[in-house]
Formats: sequence, structure tokens, C-alpha cells
Amino acid sequence: MKTRLSLSQKASLLSLGLFALILLVWYLATLPDARVAAVNVDPEYAALMGGGAASSASSFPTPLAMAQTMWERLSDPFYDNGPNDKGIGIQLAYSLARVLGGFFLAAAVAIPLGFAIGNSRVFYQALNPYVQLLKPISPLAWMPLALYTIKDASASAIFVIFICSLWPMLINTAHGVANVRRDWLDVARTLEVNPLRKAFRVILPAAAPTILTGMRISMGIAWLVIVAAEMLVGGTGIGYFVWNEWNNLSITNVLFAILMIGVVGMALDSIFGVLSKRVAYQE
Amino acid sequence: MSAIPPFLQVENLARAYPSPTGGEAITVFDHVNFHIHKGEFICVTGHSGCGKSTILNILAGLDAATTGNVFMDGREVAGPSLDRGVIFQSHALMPWLSVLENVSFAVKSRWASWNKQKVRDHAMRYIELVGLMGAEHKKPSQLSGGMKQRVGIARAFSIEPKMLLMDEPFGALDALTRGVIQDELLKICAETQQTVFMITHDVDEAILLSDKIMLMSNGPHARIAEIVNNGLPRPRERSAIHKQPHYYPIRNHLVDFLVSRSKQFGALRDAPDAPSSPTVFDPADLLVPEPPVVHTPPVGKPHIHLVNA
Repeated sequence: MKTRLSLSQKASLLSLGLFALILLVWYLATLPDARVAAVNVDPEYAALMGGGAASSASSFPTPLAMAQTMWERLSDPFYDNGPNDKGIGIQLAYSLARVLGGFFLAAAVAIPLGFAIGNSRVFYQALNPYVQLLKPISPLAWMPLALYTIKDASASAIFVIFICSLWPMLINTAHGVANVRRDWLDVARTLEVNPLRKAFRVILPAAAPTILTGMRISMGIAWLVIVAAEMLVGGTGIGYFVWNEWNNLSITNVLFAILMIGVVGMALDSIFGVLSKRVAYQE
Repeated sequence: MSAIPPFLQVENLARAYPSPTGGEAITVFDHVNFHIHKGEFICVTGHSGCGKSTILNILAGLDAATTGNVFMDGREVAGPSLDRGVIFQSHALMPWLSVLENVSFAVKSRWASWNKQKVRDHAMRYIELVGLMGAEHKKPSQLSGGMKQRVGIARAFSIEPKMLLMDEPFGALDALTRGVIQDELLKICAETQQTVFMITHDVDEAILLSDKIMLMSNGPHARIAEIVNNGLPRPRERSAIHKQPHYYPIRNHLVDFLVSRSKQFGALRDAPDAPSSPTVFDPADLLVPEPPVVHTPPVGKPHIHLVNA
């Protein structure tokens, strides 16, 4: 029995072990402890809460209760029982639609503008102060202004995503375009390549890895920001769902939502990981 | 001779750069005059900093002269043109394109109206010419340094330029690979009657390939100090060229120049700005008849030396 495990096999084993450990700690931490509860709880309060106070330790779900909730929610993700009770799939779809809308709007602005900035020193120096000033502003700070001018909650959320996705893509595109190797541009010049063909056949592929890195960072930020934005604007989306379940004091649902946010974020990032590999080149 | 106007005419070329300390501009070279006839192979050599590459870039249209003019085929050179192919020292292949795509990109730039098949066939002809058949779908990162430079050569020849400019094309290659590619270049140039302007630091390379060798003095105020007519008979063989009676006189002349005479020009002259004309060295003028082959190099000792700055 001396079979050697490969690196990835060892890693998976360790991952599984960690998962088991987390479950164990979770299980032990949420064990109902009736004796301690009975001693510490004021009887009047206990009467008021109808037994809920005594089992306060268990308002944090046990792993088993969590698994049950997950199963229920995931087996019917698209139900719609009115504004306060929609399936997780519907909520995530709302969030994704806003993120993608804002993200692609930002890409449509940032990539051409980044090209212009990267190609021209004048443009770069003229626009740099604006970029430096606007970049550090928290996207949520734009929310009141967006609500005031756009007068639509959902569109304001898209605007906030747009604003937060803009900067990484703009800066990376400009950087990638400005740092295209001189040799390749010289080749294009000696071959009398027209500007449009040069942009699409030389500069774009040369800068693509940097541009895609910017898009990946933007997408990551957009997915972070949408949760907070939806908590503010309310109505639909995964952020609203988290806040709504918090108001319902359903920690199980909050935990479930947190997990789903992580899964979707990971999926979005891995899409960009695949795209990055596609455009990467080795010098 | 003077009835035919030269193919390429360079008149009083000078290039100055603003001084980094803000003082007087630094003149790298000035009063550079030369001409190249159609089908000639010209090598330029000189120490680093004499402005060889700058002259090449001006001929390519990638750089602009401070004063002076360049005329090719009766028209002034102003900006890059498909009429002048450039082979870069760093090969400058686009790493995201395959060998075939790199060459096709150039072909498509030259003949925009050609269809896909015609572009491909034309590109493949030149890939075959440099001996890269079978590697056409590889990416540059999968090729050795010598193979990459061959792609660069194929790309430059594929647009059938009126003139080829090469900036130390083989400088980054090992001696063995360099020899093989030199032989191929010699063959291709003989076939295509290509006019070539080439910068090299390698004296033997210059003698093997060129019809004329221009020697540049050291900068600042560098200029073409001497021109050596290299009349060694063609076709030339790398393995036998050193047995030619005029080989060693030329070689000695070049090495002497690089080692000592190149310093006597340039800024050290009494009047650095004064125009001067290059002296011409032609081994055919040598009165001493060469003794029959005496220079058999000892076995095992390499007879290709690099004279680098």
C-alpha cells in the first residue's frame, strides 16, 4: 500500500479534511445546550418568546438544518410568491442582469476610451486628473445622485455597477495599449498597415491580456458592489434577499445567500480565467 | 557609370539629439553621403554609438534626419513604405500569430485585394524558401532563435520590397546557426537580385555577403570614413572564401579600421563639422600579387572571429 499520491490528489484530500473539520466545529458549536439556557434565561422573557429564548443557541442553524434549507431552496429556485418571496434563482438572475448590464456598458466606454488614452500622450495627460479623482470614490457614494437624476431604483443600481467597473478596465486598457512593444508597431508601420487594421490586428491582440485582467478585476468589484447596492435600492436581487432575510431573522437563509454569492462570484471569475488563457501569448 | 542615377541616394545626412543635460545638441553623425545601386549588397560596420542603426531607421522611414535627404528610385523617402522591407534584430514577430499568419499579415498588407488562398500560397512560398516547411503552424515561442529570424527573413522577402534593410539580423544567434542562415541569405539574394543595406558587427559576415563595406568612424560627428570594395567572386562559399587571394587583405583592412583607425575621425578631428569624403579601399589595386593559398588555418581552430564593439 505504498501508492504515491499526486499533488492535486493530496490537495483534494486536504480540502475535504478541512471541510469535515469545519462541519465538525459548526456541529459542536450549534449543539443545543438546554441546561445552560434554562439557568440563564429570565423566565418572563422566556414566556414572552414562547420558548424561542431558551433555544437561542439554535437560532444559528445546525449543519443539518442548513443542508435541509439548501436542498429545499435549490430544488425549486424559480418560484415566485409575490415581492417578498421569490426563489433564489430569480433573485440571482436579477443581480446578474444588473451586473452584466452595468459591466458591458462600462466595457463599451472604457475599452475605446482606454485605447485613445493609451495611444495619445495628450489624451493621457488631459484625462489623468479626472481618472485619479474619480477612481477612489466608493461606487455607493454615487447612489443618491443616481437616484435623484435617473429616478429609477434598478437603473441606479446598474449605474453604480457601471461606475465601479469603469476604472479598472479603463486603466488596464490604457496601460496595455501604451505598452505594446515598439517592434510590433514598427513592423506595422513598415508594412503601411492602416490605423484600423493596426488597432484590431496588432494593438488589440498585444494588449488583450492586460485588458482582460482589467475586465476580470472589474467583474469582481461589480459582484461585490451589487450586494450592497441592492440592499440600498431594495425590491429584487440577491442583496435585497440578504437584507430581507436579516429582517426576517432567518440566519439560515442569510447563510445560504452568502454561499450562493460566493458560488456565482467564483463562476464569473473562472469565466474570465478561461478567456484570459485564450488571449494569452508567450513571447 | 554616372549615366544611370543610383537607386538609393543619401545626401548630407545628419542626426542630432537634444543633450540630456540641456546643453548643446549632440550630433551623432553628419555629412553622411553614399549611394547604392540596384542589386547591390551593402554592409555597414562601426563601433556602437556611431549611428548605424539610426541611419537604417532613417532609410526605413521610422526615424527622421535632422538635416539631409534620402532619395530612393528618384523619390524622397518620407515615412515607412512597403518598398523597403525591414528585418529587425529582435525578429519582431507577433507572438500571438503562427509562422504562416505572421508572413500572411505582411503579404495581406502588401496586396490587400488578394483572396485568402492567394495570400496563403504566396506566404508558403517564402516559408519554404527559408526552409521552414512543416513549422508554419507553430507559434514563435515554439521556435528556436534561428528559426524565428528565418520567419523574419521570410516576412521581409514576402512583400517583395525594392530594398531590404537589416539591422544586425544575426547578432543574437550562435555562430553555427548564423553560418547556416548566412548561406541561405546569400542564396536567396542571388536568386532575387535583392538590393540590401545591412548593419553588422561581424567582419567575416560582411566579407561573405557584401559588394561594398562602409566603415563608420566613432561618434559623435561620426561619418562614413572608408568604403571597401569587396570584389570577391560570386557565388561565394563560406568554406572556401578565405582561400581567395583578396580575402585576408580585406579582412585585415577591416579589422585594422575597427581596432585603430576608427578613433582617428569623429570628434577628435581639428574641425569636427568639416565635410570629408570617404577613402576607397579596393583590394584589386594592391600591387603585391598574392602568394598562392598560404593561409590554411590550423585544424580545430575556428576561423570565424567576432569583432564586437
